[in-house]
Amino acid sequence: MKINNPAKAGSLESNDIFVMVFPNENGNEIELESIVIKQFGKRIREVIEETLKELNVENAKIIAKDRGALDYTIKARVETAIRRAM
Amino acid sequence: MKLRRTMLFMPGNNPGMIQNASILGADSVILDLEDAVSIDEKDAARMLVRNALSTLDFSGCEVVVRINSIQSDFGYDDLNVIARVKPDAILVPKATSDDIEEIDEILSIIEREEGFKLGSIKLFPLVETAIGLENIRETILASKRNIGVLLGAEDLTADMGIKRTREGNEIFYARNRVASICKAYKIDAIDTPFADVNDVEGLIEDTKRAKAIGMTGKAAINPRQIDYIHEVFSPSMEEIMYAKRVLKAKEEALKEGKGVFSLDGKMVDAPIIQRAENIILKAKLAGIIRE
Amino acid sequence: MENILGRVLPEYIEGYGEVKPFSGAFNNLGIKSKKQVSVKCVAPSDVKLVESIKEALIKCEIKDGMTVSFHHHLRNGDYVLNMVMDEIAKMGIKDIRVAASSIFPVHAPLVEHIKNGVVTGIYANYMSGPVAEAVSRGLLKYPAIMHTHGGRARAIESGDLKIDIAFIAAPTCDEYGNINGVYGPSACGSLGYAIPDAMYAGRVVAITDNLVAYPACPIEISQEYVDYIVKVDSIGDPKGIVSGTTKITKDPVGLKIAKMATEVIEASGLLKDGFSFQTGAGGISLAVAKYVRDVMKKNGIKGSFAAGGITGYIVDMFEEGLFEALFDVQCFDLKAVESYRRNVAHQGMSASLYGNPHNKGAVVNRLDVMILGATEIDVNFNVNVTTGSDGVIMGGSGGHSDTAAGSKLAIVVTKLLKGRLPIVVDKVTTVTTPGETVDVIVTERGIAVNPRRQDLLEKLKETNLPIMTIEELKKLAENMVGTPEKIEFDDKVVAVVEYRDGTVIDVVRKVKE
Repeated sequence: MKINNPAKAGSLESNDIFVMVFPNENGNEIELESIVIKQFGKRIREVIEETLKELNVENAKIIAKDRGALDYTIKARVETAIRRAM
Repeated sequence: MKLRRTMLFMPGNNPGMIQNASILGADSVILDLEDAVSIDEKDAARMLVRNALSTLDFSGCEVVVRINSIQSDFGYDDLNVIARVKPDAILVPKATSDDIEEIDEILSIIEREEGFKLGSIKLFPLVETAIGLENIRETILASKRNIGVLLGAEDLTADMGIKRTREGNEIFYARNRVASICKAYKIDAIDTPFADVNDVEGLIEDTKRAKAIGMTGKAAINPRQIDYIHEVFSPSMEEIMYAKRVLKAKEEALKEGKGVFSLDGKMVDAPIIQRAENIILKAKLAGIIRE
Repeated sequence: MENILGRVLPEYIEGYGEVKPFSGAFNNLGIKSKKQVSVKCVAPSDVKLVESIKEALIKCEIKDGMTVSFHHHLRNGDYVLNMVMDEIAKMGIKDIRVAASSIFPVHAPLVEHIKNGVVTGIYANYMSGPVAEAVSRGLLKYPAIMHTHGGRARAIESGDLKIDIAFIAAPTCDEYGNINGVYGPSACGSLGYAIPDAMYAGRVVAITDNLVAYPACPIEISQEYVDYIVKVDSIGDPKGIVSGTTKITKDPVGLKIAKMATEVIEASGLLKDGFSFQTGAGGISLAVAKYVRDVMKKNGIKGSFAAGGITGYIVDMFEEGLFEALFDVQCFDLKAVESYRRNVAHQGMSASLYGNPHNKGAVVNRLDVMILGATEIDVNFNVNVTTGSDGVIMGGSGGHSDTAAGSKLAIVVTKLLKGRLPIVVDKVTTVTTPGETVDVIVTERGIAVNPRRQDLLEKLKETNLPIMTIEELKKLAENMVGTPEKIEFDDKVVAVVEYRDGTVIDVVRKVKE
């Protein structure tokens, strides 16, 4: 899937994640901020990457601000943002 | 028998509330994609609820999803996405018999594609217009998936152009009609939610009124309402004690080979026994008495 | 070496000394001695009132290397600690140990004093905010020493914690040093935590913004302990001292946990006439009081006492006749202050009376039920309330370990998850309270009973409550959030966590940058 325009999804409420998507030149790039970065930073990146892969997104810049979202929420917010960006 | 004293509405785009929905004590939860979600977040809520259903453990709590009307721009997408993760049931807003028939067909196709048991996804029509109320019999008959009707009094009174009050005399007829028809087709009649979450007395009175004319459960819009509603719809200790005595007397009568027997000077017939058995079953399901 | 809980401890810690490892909650009792106190006698013609904090410091012969103490009844509204430390810094004094019963965000200026070497050591029962973060980052020269409320009293009485000068924030005081907390613009009620300091420090200075005519009755801390009195404009910000009202949480998950905890109390058989009870002022804990109140009213139960930090909610229960008396070490709101002033059976208690394990019996020993919080709890029921799961200090025992040890039934109430963080874990980041003193944990998804309490487990099995093992509870949490990454620590010890008896239950190490 090709990212045509910037888009966002989610919120900064607790248990949610705010995801912004931008078109990118060379591959995927993820900028992550999280209240549990030390404990779950790697896992959150993994989930975002997996979701991009499932959606065949190859050139996107993701800026994510996490407020303790579980995996199911992260996946949903990334997918929503990507579909809005198409 | 499934106890459905409360059906708790939870907004479909709030991850914190969705992940705790099943532990708040309601017999059913309704994850709402319709009124609780703004137009520009419909896609987000749909994906969130889909993911929640496919990954979270709702541990025994019945999960119902209220989709948008299939007359709207979102209904078909909601149905197609949500049905594939197999909710226990779908709540259909402003349901007509045509809507229910169409949804039934779509669900059958999805169930076949996904390898679910045919007919396993149930339906609750939401009665919230005058025409919906009058045609309710046809709506119920439109699908075998229907397991209950939910009365939505706010929209109904708006449609009628009448005022919604704390006492609820204006929905007396609607409640009676829903209760009676649901009884006739042996499905649940779920009462409209009580809007003022801070008015505990009003809630209890309203719930008692609904129960008195045959509604079997009530929707809740705040977790704090659950305990009060359960209190009204659960068998009382007196009812349970009486039911136990009826069943004991029945056993004794059987032992003595008596076909007919009486308790406290009153004849006990089949409906009374049936009622007693129901009360004991309900009390067990509600966790008031142990197995 | 390892202590009995398997926590790895150095044998010797620079700036702390030799480490006595924790060896069990009740293994270090027996005969104990109290320290001698030297007293500077006051002659009839002496004047105790001095002009300024500086003058008091000079008269107390402040010098490098001394330990000065503070108490935390003014909480996040306290001006006294900052005023005194600024004065000490201005005088060019270095290498001071600050023994503050608790440290709050308002004490942020202490960070500068730590950086400048004015302050090189800290003793506290609880710390949060910038000072706690600075300590966690290893800025303090010597490791901070974390006590419990009862343990601090014990350390002061035994001489383990030698205070050179104690500063008492006095909401009301006369010129001869009689102090109470019930009048004045900074009224905070009970002064329980300051009492051991007043009795055992080398010198005692009262700092007040409400100097009244002699004698300042009712007297909570009396003239016989006080060397000097300083009048200042204000000792604290009332907004930070006491909240107007304490409110019960409206969070449905919190309420559900509180309701389940109350059912546990009922099932335990302890909720009957003569019942004694303590709970914190926060969220879920206070909600337990609400449900306990309902049950007591419904069943006509007349309790004996409630204890601890007292809230307006507990005062309501007392005034309704649900308790005969209150033991109050600290008032949490204005209603509690008002009741403490008015009600004879609203009894003040010192930190030692509250929780010292080495006296002739503390109030915690008479508690039936204690409601506790937790940042983490491990599969052996050890509780952490000292560090966050990121390894940074954000609290401390306060009365946690004392009440857990003393009460017949210590219940931890907590959500199973806080945000994405699981509360039930294999191994807590820091042990604050040992598992042997914790009886049951109640979460919204399940209840686990300490296997040491088979009696309780049998009783709870008779109910419809969701009883499971703590391993099952941990699994439930992990299924939802996954397993958190391990935090990496340096070898440097930034804080020593002392159990109430003075043995070391754990140390906090510096988090790797």
